[in-house]
Formats: sequence, C-alpha cells, structure tokens
Amino acid sequence: MLRVEDLSVAFRQHDGRLTRPLAGVSLTVASGDCAGLIGGSGAGKSLIAEALTGTLPRNAELSGRIGVSGRIALAPQAVTALDPLARAGTQIARMARLAGRRADPAALMARLGLPEAALRAYPHELSGGMAKRVLIATALATGAGTLIADEPTLGLDPGAADRIMALLAGLAAEGTGVLIISHDLPRLVATTTRVTVLREGRPVETVPAAAFPEGLTHPFTRALWDAQTWTATEWAEAC
Amino acid sequence: MTGWLGRLLVERLIRLAWLLPLAMAGLFTLVSLAPVDPITAYVGARVADVGPDQRAAIAQAWGLDAPAPERFALWLGHIARGDLGSSITFNAPVAEVLADRAGASLTLIALAFVISFAVGLGLGLTAAATRGRWPDRAIRGFAVVLTASPGFWVALLLIALFAVGLGWLPSCCAAPPGLTADEADLAARLNHLILPAATLSVVGTGPLILHSRARAAAFLESPAARHLAAHGARPGWLVWRPGLRHALGPALAVHLAGTGELIGGSVLAETVFAWPGLGQATVRAALGADAPLLLGIALATLVVVFLGNLAADIAARLLDPRLRQA
Repeated sequence: MLRVEDLSVAFRQHDGRLTRPLAGVSLTVASGDCAGLIGGSGAGKSLIAEALTGTLPRNAELSGRIGVSGRIALAPQAVTALDPLARAGTQIARMARLAGRRADPAALMARLGLPEAALRAYPHELSGGMAKRVLIATALATGAGTLIADEPTLGLDPGAADRIMALLAGLAAEGTGVLIISHDLPRLVATTTRVTVLREGRPVETVPAAAFPEGLTHPFTRALWDAQTWTATEWAEAC
Repeated sequence: MTGWLGRLLVERLIRLAWLLPLAMAGLFTLVSLAPVDPITAYVGARVADVGPDQRAAIAQAWGLDAPAPERFALWLGHIARGDLGSSITFNAPVAEVLADRAGASLTLIALAFVISFAVGLGLGLTAAATRGRWPDRAIRGFAVVLTASPGFWVALLLIALFAVGLGWLPSCCAAPPGLTADEADLAARLNHLILPAATLSVVGTGPLILHSRARAAAFLESPAARHLAAHGARPGWLVWRPGLRHALGPALAVHLAGTGELIGGSVLAETVFAWPGLGQATVRAALGADAPLLLGIALATLVVVFLGNLAADIAARLLDPRLRQA
C-alpha cells in the first residue's frame, strides 16, 4: 500500500532562489492495484520515483506525506541500472541480500518469463526486453509490496512492450501494488485501472482507465491521448 | 567461452613473430654503433701492454673484423642454438649470468608489484569513497607527488630515514655483510628486501591510485550504483564490493602493462641498493662494454615485457566480460 499526499519537491539553486519542479501530487496504489502516471518530458515523472525511493539529489527539499506499508522498490528507466560486471542471477541475489532476504533467482526469472540461461548472462548479453525484465526482477527480489516501474517500455519494440505491460499487470493480479510511470498512454490505459496526468510538475487530473477516450473532459488529457493515438494509427497507415 | 583466449594468443604470437626479429636487429645496430670498444674494455688496465697486433688478433678471434651483416647472422645462428655468448665482465656464459641473477630481480620486482598494487588500489578506492572531501584531496596530492618523484631520490630519502637516521633497515645488498644470499636466513633476506622493494613500488603507485579512483568513482556515480543505493546498499559496501570489482580489472591491466617501467626502475633501485640482480648487471655490462650480456638482458627484458602486456590483456578480459567479444 502506497499513499502519497500533496507531494512537492523543490531545489535550492546557486543564487538562492527556489525552484519547485513538482508540487501538489497525490496518488494511491493499493495492494493488487495497477496505477499509471503520465506526463510529457520534464513533467516530473522520474522525480516522483526518486522521491518515493529516497534517492533525490542532496539539494532537493521534499514536502508532503508519503505513507508506505511494506517495502517499496523501483525498476529504473535505463537498463544501465544493471551492473555491467555482474551476472543477472548475481544481481538479483545481491538485491535480495540488501533487503535482508534470501531470493530464489531461478524462480523469479521463471515468474518473469525469462529463460533459465539468462541467470548466467551479463547485462550486455541480454536483449532490451530481457534486460528490462531483469531490472524488474532485481526490484521484486527485495520482497517489495509496491513496485514502481519507470518507463518500462522505453526503447522496446511493440511486441516486447506489450509483453512487459502484461507482465506488470500480472504482478498486480498476484497482489503487488504496481505504479507504472510511462509516456506510452495507450498501453498505460490498457494495463492500469487509472491514470494520473502530470503537466510540468503539477497534477492535471486522475482519470479511470475506462474513461479513455470518450469520457475525457480535461483538454490536456484529451490532447495527450489524441497526439499518441493519432501517431499510432497514422504511422500504421503510412508504413 | 574460451574462444577469446585462443584468438588473443594467436594474435600475440603473430605479433611476437615480427617484433622479435625487428627488436633483435635494432638491438644489434645500437650495440654496434655504441661508442665503446669491447677490446679496450677487455684489456682494461693492461692497455699499455697490448699492441696493435694483439688487438687485431683479439678482434679476429672474436670475429669483430667481419662486416656487420655477417656478425648479425652469426649472432642469430648462435641464439637459435640457445647460445647467448659469454659475458666479459662476469667471465661466464650469458645464460648462466641471467639464470643466476633473474631470481633476485624477479623477487624484487614481484614484491614491488604487489606492494604498489595493494597500496594503489586501496588508496584509490579510499579516495573514491571520500571524493571531494579532504582525504580524497590528500590522496590525490600524494599520488601526484609520488608520480613526480624520481626513483633514485626516493631511494636516497628512504636510506637517509630508515637506514641512517632510524637504523631500522640495512641500506645495501641482499644479505648481511660477509654472508651470501644463500647463507642468510629468511628474516635477514626479507629485511634487506624492504627498502629496495619500497623504492621500486613508487614507480607504479601514483598512476594506479588515480586510475582506481577514477574507475571506482565512475561506478559510484553510475545508474547501477544508484539502483543498489535506492534499495539499501550502504556507501561503504558500494565502494569495497562492486566498486572494487569495477576498479580491479582496469587497475590490474594498467599495472601489468607497466612491467617495462618496473624493470627500468629496478635498474636504478638495484644500483642504489647494490642489489645483486639483473638491473645491477645491466649497469656493469654497459660500463664494461659487455655486448653479449647487454643483448642477452635486453632480449630477456623484451620477453618479460611482452608477457606482462599479454597478462594485462588477459586480465582485462577475464575481469570485464564486455571486452571478450571484440
């Protein structure tokens, strides 16, 4: 269970002025729930992930309330978050040890649809989709009740992106609270129960996934949806 | 999995196949052009007793009157049969001099190698762990001072401090006066080894500190380290476990590739401390115009440096799986 109320992040700049790239964000992710978070580039999506996992830069000032029951884990956006010099299985076991648990990397890999051989692979030997799965596996190895997936489909081909989203939905169905941060609105809507929309660090609205696209009332959310679905269909026709 | 090793070895054998003849021709040319006269060096103090006729006789007996290409071919032929010639200064076959003295030099070089690797890696990681703060600045300053210090000067400082001032350690030789290295016990031999090894280790330590620091710092600022830190990894653990792992490969590769500098440094260290190794023999061979011994030492050095570089390449690939694919 994760409950965020009125979350705000500010940075003190060199000249003493305060910038506030994130303000007034509230969201809830219950166990077994799959929620989405969307916004354009620079909307503060990754800042939320950093705030929730306590990895904000040192000069950041955090305010608001974050209520967590159980552990919270982050599957970061870039696959460079995997240690290039350690085998996938080693990294999963290491993450579990840091959380004071014993993980069964083989079982975790099977649960994420990864072949057993991937345990002994180094990150550079994995495909993009497999590396994303290993990242999710490292986060799950901590035994976290809440998983934040930051841009899990970034850089993947459509097939791999669909499989990752299905995997995250499956994790939620098994009881994990899942928060997916993404700019891929159609897939987000297809996977989550509701989507929180951010614009330049301020919350626009939280919309049930069922409301897309007919039930949309806010022009920003509608514009976001139109932009992405138009791109998808137009590209499909053009190719 | 071991395909990369076979490829590397074949590639390096091919390199050795053209490098060795080239180096031999170069060495032979240098020694031939050197402004020393082996006959004068051989005759030594009896120079007044030896007339031009006798000099010509010696030159003929040694084959020095033959043209250079012929002498080179003769030398190659002897080496092919495993005959490196005889040393004038030591009055013994070159192979025997090399075998006698290689042990002392390798002990010294190996100990210096281990000392500078441990100190360099340890200080480098400590600097990375405290980067931007005073221990980091102090260690980096120390590394620059070490790099800028000439080996003979460090040797003199160490002798002044530990041998003359404090009287803790002997200032010379491999064994107490009056004993050979074989007669001295292990403690005495180790005691004599400390100062030369410390002097020699200065050569490689500075670059190693800076290199290890850079590699560990790059890891500590990487997304991989942030991912671990976000899930409970402590800074100290990050430095000394995965950080050490990341610094180890490049540090070992750089250190092994510096074998040549270590051997060069050993010439100085052995001379200052009268250490009975190949470095000292090199100086005596050069002063005595002992061409066969000089060539023999140069060839042995070439092989050791080549092996050091090969070991550096293997270590780098063993410790970083990404390098095995290229």
